[in-house]
Amino acid sequence: MPTQIAEARERRREQGLIARIWTAQTKRVVKELVAHLGLIPISITMLIPLIWMFSTSLKPKGMVFTYPPQWIPNPVRWKNYPEALTILPFHLFFRNSMIYCLAIVIGQVLVSTLVGYGFARLSFPGRDLFFWLVLIRMMLPGTVTLVPSYVMFTKMGWINTFLPLVVPGWLPGLFSASFYIFLCRQFFMGIPLELDEAAKMDGAGHLRIWWQIILPLCKPVVTTVAIFSFIIHWNDFMGPLLYLHDMKLRPLALGLQSFQGAYGTEWHWMMAASSVMVVPIIILFFSAQGYFLRGITMTGITGR
Amino acid sequence: MRSAIVNKLLGRRVVRWRQVLTGYLFISPFLVGFLWFTAIPMAIAIYLSLTKYDIVSAPQWVGLANFAKLFRDQRFWVSLGNTAFYAGISVPLYLVTAFLASLAMNLSIRGIRGYRTIFYLPSITPAVANAMLWLWIFTPQWGLANQALKFLGLSSQNWFLDPQLAKPCLIFMGLWGIGPTMVIYLAGLQGIPVMLYEAAEIDGAGIWARFWHVTVPILSPVTFFNLIMGIIGAFQIFTTAYILTTGGAGGERSYGVGGVLDSLLFYVIYLWQNAFEFWRMGYAAAQGWVLLIIILLFTVIQFKLAGRWVYYEAETRG
Repeated sequence: MPTQIAEARERRREQGLIARIWTAQTKRVVKELVAHLGLIPISITMLIPLIWMFSTSLKPKGMVFTYPPQWIPNPVRWKNYPEALTILPFHLFFRNSMIYCLAIVIGQVLVSTLVGYGFARLSFPGRDLFFWLVLIRMMLPGTVTLVPSYVMFTKMGWINTFLPLVVPGWLPGLFSASFYIFLCRQFFMGIPLELDEAAKMDGAGHLRIWWQIILPLCKPVVTTVAIFSFIIHWNDFMGPLLYLHDMKLRPLALGLQSFQGAYGTEWHWMMAASSVMVVPIIILFFSAQGYFLRGITMTGITGR
Repeated sequence: MRSAIVNKLLGRRVVRWRQVLTGYLFISPFLVGFLWFTAIPMAIAIYLSLTKYDIVSAPQWVGLANFAKLFRDQRFWVSLGNTAFYAGISVPLYLVTAFLASLAMNLSIRGIRGYRTIFYLPSITPAVANAMLWLWIFTPQWGLANQALKFLGLSSQNWFLDPQLAKPCLIFMGLWGIGPTMVIYLAGLQGIPVMLYEAAEIDGAGIWARFWHVTVPILSPVTFFNLIMGIIGAFQIFTTAYILTTGGAGGERSYGVGGVLDSLLFYVIYLWQNAFEFWRMGYAAAQGWVLLIIILLFTVIQFKLAGRWVYYEAETRG
């Protein structure tokens, strides 16, 4: 008799446990399902503009305005790309963008790690005061220096050269540069000082410590700075608009706008040309997503 | 003995001097850059703002006339109003949307990484290409937006060409750019110790109470940061508005900078027009300084108000 009771009790407990696990699992599944039901339509909405861009870029001119909208072009017209890209010298624009972006990126990486090293690893009077200056620079609106910088660079004969865009990259007086210095400094602070001490024992100077110890250890932060710098200047429009008037010097952002000026209603070409500007950034994003997100979370740089 | 001490002292001093020199050498690029590209231009801007200057002939001293003229300039007030409207609506809207999105992105469900990528992706579109894309979507008559309206049985709109709708459209398209703000919030969310939620649960807090009394206050410094940076950015909106209103190939977009009836005339757009279309460099420099002061005021006010709603953990820990 008592064994029967015990058995029954045992069975009931098991059932209860199973039921509880089962309900917990259904709850999880239901929760997940509801989440997907909500997130899938929003995700599609988020992607619609870009899909529409690529879709339009592959349509024949006559199919651009069809109703209802045609999402998958039929027939696919790849010729839009060579056509749009040869009306204006897009190969030049692309090359210019590459040259001046890389020139700025190299400068910004070297200089912001160097300055970051100074703020993080060296102690000297006035250091903290000047670090405040870096922080204040982040909050100064660049607009105030727009007109005087233009006047200054005109007087220096720098109009229609890459200099007004590249030199401020090497000598960080720009808004974004303060972010990079801040980022590098924070990162370098986390590396044990004993490494420097050991290197000093071996007779290494600060430049060597910076180049041979700190930089190799800080690849993530270096990559982050490089990516952000590249994207910000790839996307920059105002700087080139101010200083590069010669068609042969224009980067993509400006070239695209000139294209709009001439063929603004040829939407299939416009979207093909725009795609050419977007695709490298998307590739960069997918190949370095982690660095990207880390950079944003550490500094709040937005990349646009 | 004495000379040894002196030498030692001197020696030390020499070493110290070298240390100081090394330090300043390392930060010198920043110091030079700050002087050359920020401090000196700002000083030049003050001087220019007191002159009449067209870049070709020499600057003419006019005292405070530029500022006096600015405050009587109808279009200056229009540009300021447009900018305030844009900042006042877009900044809170983007903050709230990004925050809500980050809550969704913090769910532990399958495929969440994919969702995060998709939510982030549109915000990396270069501003110029993005503006072209939205011009295309918001094209009068047969753009995608009007096709959607037609599908819903509504009459089509002129979007950017409608002075009433131009700014709301601009704010709407910005919703696709909340990615970075969302990521910052997400990082904040992931940094909240689970302990806090458990403690709140033991105290009997429901999911709603936990949200309002744990999540929101803990993330208030993040909100504060996003708010400050958001307002500074919104006050300087330029590229998108510029592309939307210029470069049209005649026909549908033959109006100039500022859009239809100046509905997209933002602060920096008007400054730009004064400087590089009308060549009133002194006047534009004055505008630049007024903007700096406006932004400074907003930032200071926010820092003052921050004490009331921004919660810092360290304060309670003592």
